[in-house]
Amino acid sequence: MNALQIDLISALPELFVLTMAMVVLLLDLFIKPGARGVIDSMTQLTLLGAAYLTMTTASQGVGYAFSGMFVDDTLADVLKLMIYVSTAITLVYSREYLIQRHMYRGEFFALVLFAVAGMMIMVSGAHFLSIYMGLELLSLSLYALVALDRDNARATEAAMKYFVLGALASGMLLYGMSMLYGATGSLNLREISSSLMESSEHHSVLVLGLVFVVAGIAFKLGAVPFQMWVPDVYHGSPTAVTLFIGAVSKLSGFAFVVRLLAQGLDVLAVDWQGMLLIMAVLSIALGNVTAIAQTNLKRMLAYSTISHVGFLLLGIMSASMNGFASAMFYITAYVMMSLAGFGMILLLSRKGFEADKLDDLKGLNQRSPWFAFMMLITMFSMAGVPPTLGFYAKFTVLQSALQAGFIGVVIFAVLMAVIGAFYYLRIVKLMYFDEPKDNTPIKSSTQMKTVLSINALALLLFGLMPQSLMSLCAYAISHSLQ
Amino acid sequence: MMSMQSIYLLIPLLPLLAAAIVGLANHALPRWYAHVLTIAGVAGSFALSVMVFLDVLQGHTYNGTVYTWLVSGNINFEVGFLIDQLSATMMLVVTFVSLMVHIYTIGYMHEDAGYRRFFSYISLFTFSMLMLVMSNNFMQLFFGWEAVGLVSYLLIGFWFTRPSAIYANLKAFLVNRVGDFGFLLGIGMVLYFMGSLDYATVFERAPALADSTVSVIPHQHWSLLTMTCLLLFVGAMGKSAQVPLHVWLPDSMEGPTPISALIHAATMVTAGIFMVARMSPLFELSDVALSTVMVIGAITALFMGFLGIIQNDIKRVVAYSTLSQLGYMTVALGASAYSVAMFHLMTHAFFKALLFLGAGSVIMGMHHDQDIRHMGGLSKYMKITWLTSLIGSLALIGTPFLSGFYSKDSIIEAVKLSHLSGSGFAYFAVLAGVFVTAFYSFRMYFLVFHGKERWRDLHHDAHGHDDHDEHHGLAPDQNPHEQPWVVTLPLVLLAIPSLAIGYLTIQPMLFGDWFAQVIYINQEAHPVMHHLAEDFHGASAMAIHALTSLPFILALSGVFCAWLFYMQMPQIPAAIHQRCRPLVAILENKYGFDSFNEKFFAAGSRLLGGKLWQTGDVTVIDGWLVNGTARLVGLLSGVVRRLQSGLIYHYAFAMIIGVFLLLTLFMKV
Repeated sequence: MNALQIDLISALPELFVLTMAMVVLLLDLFIKPGARGVIDSMTQLTLLGAAYLTMTTASQGVGYAFSGMFVDDTLADVLKLMIYVSTAITLVYSREYLIQRHMYRGEFFALVLFAVAGMMIMVSGAHFLSIYMGLELLSLSLYALVALDRDNARATEAAMKYFVLGALASGMLLYGMSMLYGATGSLNLREISSSLMESSEHHSVLVLGLVFVVAGIAFKLGAVPFQMWVPDVYHGSPTAVTLFIGAVSKLSGFAFVVRLLAQGLDVLAVDWQGMLLIMAVLSIALGNVTAIAQTNLKRMLAYSTISHVGFLLLGIMSASMNGFASAMFYITAYVMMSLAGFGMILLLSRKGFEADKLDDLKGLNQRSPWFAFMMLITMFSMAGVPPTLGFYAKFTVLQSALQAGFIGVVIFAVLMAVIGAFYYLRIVKLMYFDEPKDNTPIKSSTQMKTVLSINALALLLFGLMPQSLMSLCAYAISHSLQ
Repeated sequence: MMSMQSIYLLIPLLPLLAAAIVGLANHALPRWYAHVLTIAGVAGSFALSVMVFLDVLQGHTYNGTVYTWLVSGNINFEVGFLIDQLSATMMLVVTFVSLMVHIYTIGYMHEDAGYRRFFSYISLFTFSMLMLVMSNNFMQLFFGWEAVGLVSYLLIGFWFTRPSAIYANLKAFLVNRVGDFGFLLGIGMVLYFMGSLDYATVFERAPALADSTVSVIPHQHWSLLTMTCLLLFVGAMGKSAQVPLHVWLPDSMEGPTPISALIHAATMVTAGIFMVARMSPLFELSDVALSTVMVIGAITALFMGFLGIIQNDIKRVVAYSTLSQLGYMTVALGASAYSVAMFHLMTHAFFKALLFLGAGSVIMGMHHDQDIRHMGGLSKYMKITWLTSLIGSLALIGTPFLSGFYSKDSIIEAVKLSHLSGSGFAYFAVLAGVFVTAFYSFRMYFLVFHGKERWRDLHHDAHGHDDHDEHHGLAPDQNPHEQPWVVTLPLVLLAIPSLAIGYLTIQPMLFGDWFAQVIYINQEAHPVMHHLAEDFHGASAMAIHALTSLPFILALSGVFCAWLFYMQMPQIPAAIHQRCRPLVAILENKYGFDSFNEKFFAAGSRLLGGKLWQTGDVTVIDGWLVNGTARLVGLLSGVVRRLQSGLIYHYAFAMIIGVFLLLTLFMKV
């Protein structure tokens, strides 16, 4: 291991995305303000190219780079592809919103690409340092993205809070990592795992480190009690950025948990199971209950995210292949649902109008029956009504928790999901049974309308045929975790 | 040449196909399509049933699965056919009567707006009934059982704008639910204890369980088979209208007359009889069950006959007569004379369908007046209806040489020979029933076809409106007229078997080996059929011998009394009516079954439902659980949202607290 092994082939997609991010940044200087579409297209092409590269490296099996700090396995490949797709969808949804608010600039695309690169590194991290580096690259890009509309007081406030609290969380994470390093003598996840397997002395130091690492993870995911930033940031950010944080970045959050807890600290499962259990229960309860009192759609979705994170943790907490696979299924479903949900806000918003109040959805059925139906599918899916994707996501997660023996928690989660159904169905009620407040016709590009429709219909389609997605998740998990 | 298996499949599917096309296309097709398609379907399945019957005569029976619906554990849910002498006979009867009724309906319903719907329903009924009789397993039996119940419900309420029809179909539905609940429990017991739903397997395993007991209530051991048989019989009581679950049948006369003939006389109501005959290997193992069956049947046979005497609605008289005859069949089942019950079922199907269709013809002639007190002297105007109804009535009362005689007399003989407890009462009941049957049948016959033309003395108010559905009747100066051939042809075609089928088939059906392979009788315990066969010396000898026997004398005196009371001295019934007020009141209240049900079950369950709704639903569930939870969650939500203060040091504080919390919980020093 001492010999320097820089096997760059495995990290080719990351290098490509990073390079392109810089190209975009530079190119933006030479492009006239009216021709920003070029940058947009380039970003999309970058994602396409990265997808192609990921596919080619995927066929070569598991590969390591940078002396084992970086791993390219099935899980990484699948998650990366999901990141590309959801980022591409985000960009489609965001275009008009950004143009109307004068944010359609090179910085946005460069920051998005840097964030994507950060996520890719997190997803492929096999070492505390690489994971941390990816996390910071992602986080810094996100802080900047939140503050992109820099004259907006609410956005700057959100960015500030996000940054300060993020720094605190990073500090905790690093502190935890250093404890674990002290106890095991390594930063490499595989080595940590095998060293823990051999001896479990210094148990209290390990748990101390574990608590801090878990706190860092929980902050990233937005689990109670580390969720405080979520509503403010979701609410304060430009909706396009909220979409990116709320949907795409959660994929890396999932990878973050799986890499650290399932791959590196699997021996300590008994300890982190309990921690995740507490956070899962609190998140589900707090998320669902607080969401009821919200009048702002973005805030409501923020609390809904918190409760979804609770369900995600429920899957991970099972600490079994089945549990990880169902958690991966859940996060995929969640990303698709939030893309559709925030996409709908973006669709309805126009110049000078955010469409982020619950009241703005009133009578949507009269304004556009088709998109009211799409929103209906999305809300049903979020509430977990069969036969939508959200139902199967909840179902598999609860099933694996049940197999792991957490009957009480499962019952509690189901009851809370019933409470949660209230605020999702309230939106359906507003759309179908209330009079519209304004009758401005919904104007948007065909591209966006098509993608949004496909997005929402996919929730129904995968709900009817969840098998393919489920087996993909199970395959990725079982081929990457031992 | 088609394989027999595809023929079996076609028999039920042809009427289903016709029903589906006519029912779904409805007004998209011309009106005549409705009867052409459905009659073609039923005629096809009648022809194929004849083929199957002839094939079975050659000794070719069949028992096999056509389609496996689902497999759950060791239990297979299948669609399968058991084609043997029993089912072949039933198929023939069902398809023949159904065909007659289809043809008759063209005439009876030709003015009705629901013409197509009606044809679709009766074809669907034919399908369901065929599935029931052809089944080789309990699951399909239950399917057919419920399907005929459904169609019966739909047809009783065919004129769904009449409140009385809706009342009647709801009543039929609810009462049948009671029966079906027992039936389902019985099937459940079969499945649980014998581990199969297949007839053959169940019958094979049943004898081994003859001595097993179950204890439903602690320390009470009941014979397993007795309980199973009784539960199955509860189902039969519902469908075949045995006391006390008979209350729906008289009300079912709210439906159009053709279905009264087809469903509520000839076929569906006999499903219970058929089912018990099919289950003979089970019933033979329990004397208690057989005794119960016999006593219930005897009560129905006699006491429902009494009610026929005081009815004035022509269809209700026939309906009570049906109840009484179903009682006869049930008595025969209880006496282990299953083949006799099936024999009576067959003959009854023909003459009762004939009587009903005759009654329908009379009703049409009287312009939808059903009150026999308004009729009289119709024999002059409706010759074919008159003659065929006379044949039907004679067959019903058991005139020697006619079909009803052979079956009914065999029942009486069988009961006489039975030694089960209750057979003494049953013998008395069926014997007395003969007189009663003759009396009410000929009361109706005389009042309708002979005597004064009473409608001429009636004052009609508001006559001449053209609503076909309403009862209006004949104006004093109008004459009733004979019906077109579509109505009279079925009457003639049904009159033929009513006359002759008993004479022709008693030998093979009762004493030959026709049912030997199908119906199991424990010869040592219940030797009734054996003794009956010893006394039988041919159909003609039986009829001639009967001329001097007690039943014939009773029947004759019944006819004579009816003639005396209603033709010669109408003052006698009036006087009896005066003198025996309490008795008449009991009969007019139908022994109080209806008012008891109304007051006890209906009012009781409404009361219970109301209370449960008030306390359970409104107060506890809605008040505390639903709204209470909502209020609690709302309250909580309002509190929790305040935690989100917007102040960054609160947020950081929460995170630190979280870390501390985890540390205290998980650090074990």
